[in-house]
Amino acid sequence: MSALPSQVGQSLNDGEPLLSVRDLKVHFNLRKGVVKAVDGVSLDILPGETLGLVGESGCGKSTFGRALLRLTQPTSGHVLFRGQDLAKLSGKQLREQRRHLQIIFQDPYASLNPRMTVGQIVGEPLDTFRLARGAEAERRVQELLETVGLSKRYIKRYPHEFSGGQRQRIGIARALAVDPDFIVADEPISALDVSIQAQILNLLERLQREKNLTYLFISHDLRAIRHVSDRTAVMYLGKLVELAAAKTIYDEPLMPYTKALISAVPVPDPKVEAVRQRIMLEGDVPSPVNPPSGCRFHTRCPFAIEACREVEPRLIEIKPAHFAACIRISPSEPHIEKVAPGRAPGLELNKTAAQSQ
Amino acid sequence: MTSSNGHLLDVKDLRTYFETEDGVVKAVDGISFSLVRGETLGIVGESGSGKSVTNLSIIRLIPDPPGKIVSGEIVFNGQDILLLPTEEVRKIRGRRIAMIFQDPMTSLNPFLKISRQLMEMTQLHLGHSKGQAYEHAIKMLEMVGIPDARTRVDNYPHEFSGGMRQRVMIAMALSCEPELLIADEPTTALDVTIQAQILELIKKLKQETGTSVILITHDLGVVAGMTDHVIVMYAGKVFEQARTTELFARPGNPYTKGLLRSVPDPTSEQGNLYQIPGSPPDVAHLKPGCPFAPRCDRVQEICRREFPPFVALTADHHSLCHFADEEFAESRSQ
Repeated sequence: MSALPSQVGQSLNDGEPLLSVRDLKVHFNLRKGVVKAVDGVSLDILPGETLGLVGESGCGKSTFGRALLRLTQPTSGHVLFRGQDLAKLSGKQLREQRRHLQIIFQDPYASLNPRMTVGQIVGEPLDTFRLARGAEAERRVQELLETVGLSKRYIKRYPHEFSGGQRQRIGIARALAVDPDFIVADEPISALDVSIQAQILNLLERLQREKNLTYLFISHDLRAIRHVSDRTAVMYLGKLVELAAAKTIYDEPLMPYTKALISAVPVPDPKVEAVRQRIMLEGDVPSPVNPPSGCRFHTRCPFAIEACREVEPRLIEIKPAHFAACIRISPSEPHIEKVAPGRAPGLELNKTAAQSQ
Repeated sequence: MTSSNGHLLDVKDLRTYFETEDGVVKAVDGISFSLVRGETLGIVGESGSGKSVTNLSIIRLIPDPPGKIVSGEIVFNGQDILLLPTEEVRKIRGRRIAMIFQDPMTSLNPFLKISRQLMEMTQLHLGHSKGQAYEHAIKMLEMVGIPDARTRVDNYPHEFSGGMRQRVMIAMALSCEPELLIADEPTTALDVTIQAQILELIKKLKQETGTSVILITHDLGVVAGMTDHVIVMYAGKVFEQARTTELFARPGNPYTKGLLRSVPDPTSEQGNLYQIPGSPPDVAHLKPGCPFAPRCDRVQEICRREFPPFVALTADHHSLCHFADEEFAESRSQ
């Protein structure tokens, strides 16, 4: 294990990460090529924190989240949770560990079995892990429903009787049933109405405080990510390109991609919008099948030079606790706009990092 | 053909109801608004607010049964669309009023080449010959920024990315130079960087062609950046309408205020987000009184009993609330 992004800020607990991901790869073989959905991602998730993972569709953020819990089988790499490598566990051992790691899905309509009552849905994990049965289980389910803001009278109802926001609450109650330490929240608010999004974000934050939960919060919504996360990681085509405190990512991004992403977010203020200069990116995200060589962003990057086509940039600590993967910046020259045209001050560091890994 | 008040569109007391097993759903229930020629009107609302039904009513695409436009006027260029025979409406639709929808994949025919789908528009509406229509299709694709348009025009929809497909939809919508473009959540299915491209494109084309736009969205950020005027819909009613700058600076309705406050502000520190409690109502079972009353933080006894008045706060700013004046005064003093 080499120097890797770990923690930022004093508000976070010191000490060991809850989850350490090392060089995780998830590749899918298709007839037309290999999709490198996640291609060598390393990061630590600290106990009690919310790590935000942001990126556009197809960047691999959901695959990454699923691979952590082995809902998708990683191609290679390690996911260390309490000294055990989840990526290597056998079926039985994995099932035992899954009790501690849960997931909330994007689509509250598709992730609940329409033929099961709310009581059965939320109670199923209790049965699976033999945590409670009979009257005890029913009491647990009632408690869980109240914890997520649903009436315990709903226990015999079916998913179709609920609104999207209520269904998402059911999904959260199911995840909480086993008293997990870590929850992957995969786009938990994207399918919800604006007024309901705030409710779910507040609920997740309250549960985190009350139950000392650790979250990986996956979203394409930078406003939500900025709001909930302590640190934010930015993904592009299977790679982590930037990682720092959420405020830092939003206020002082280093990567051209992150800057463009933030500048593309509409701000609900007509006066701000009227004078805003957007960094417009050319074209679409390239296909993850046979992605661009070198830096995968070079095809759309306004700062790309010849070397960006060839050298695959490593995640390097450019400022204290602020990591970025770009050969055109370095700790002494962190601002890409100020770097002389054609220069790549980060190239040497990148080579050193490549050798040590 | 031009109406004297500078309005391209005047919707007056429109009511669109649906017969369901659950009773009559008053999806749109007595709404009125105007669109000034050359401007962009934003319609904001959550699911079930009636914003898409409003749009479908304007172009008379309400499936009947179960839907029915029960009453109202939709005056487009001085002509009430609701009084026209179907044949006449068909001539307006696509030619003078064009639409783009949220999901470009389901709006394009997967079996037909892009060229064929674009040509159909101008052959039908403008009487173009095949050759003319083909050249026009290429010109339109170039205009919306499809690279290598002459080759790409003969591709099928699946060979385009989501953003490119939405560009094709815009090209198709604008190919007959419509006077009104209705865009229903045009960027909701797209990534933010692509959303920025598409919104910029709509803005640019609007300036170039002078097309008026109705933009339906749930995203207040998109409204802020794109529109001149906004109406906020809830439970089939217009809850507030104003110039966009005015609505954001001085909202006069508790629902609008709640919406504005529940969007995370990236420039401020974390803390609890303001949340509107409860869920949008089931419009099939509305109780008497204000439909927002069960979720409103300033609800009074009268709100549960009587339907609120649509109060004129200024000549061009209205709010549906028993306490509209008080709400407005509070916004102004902040």
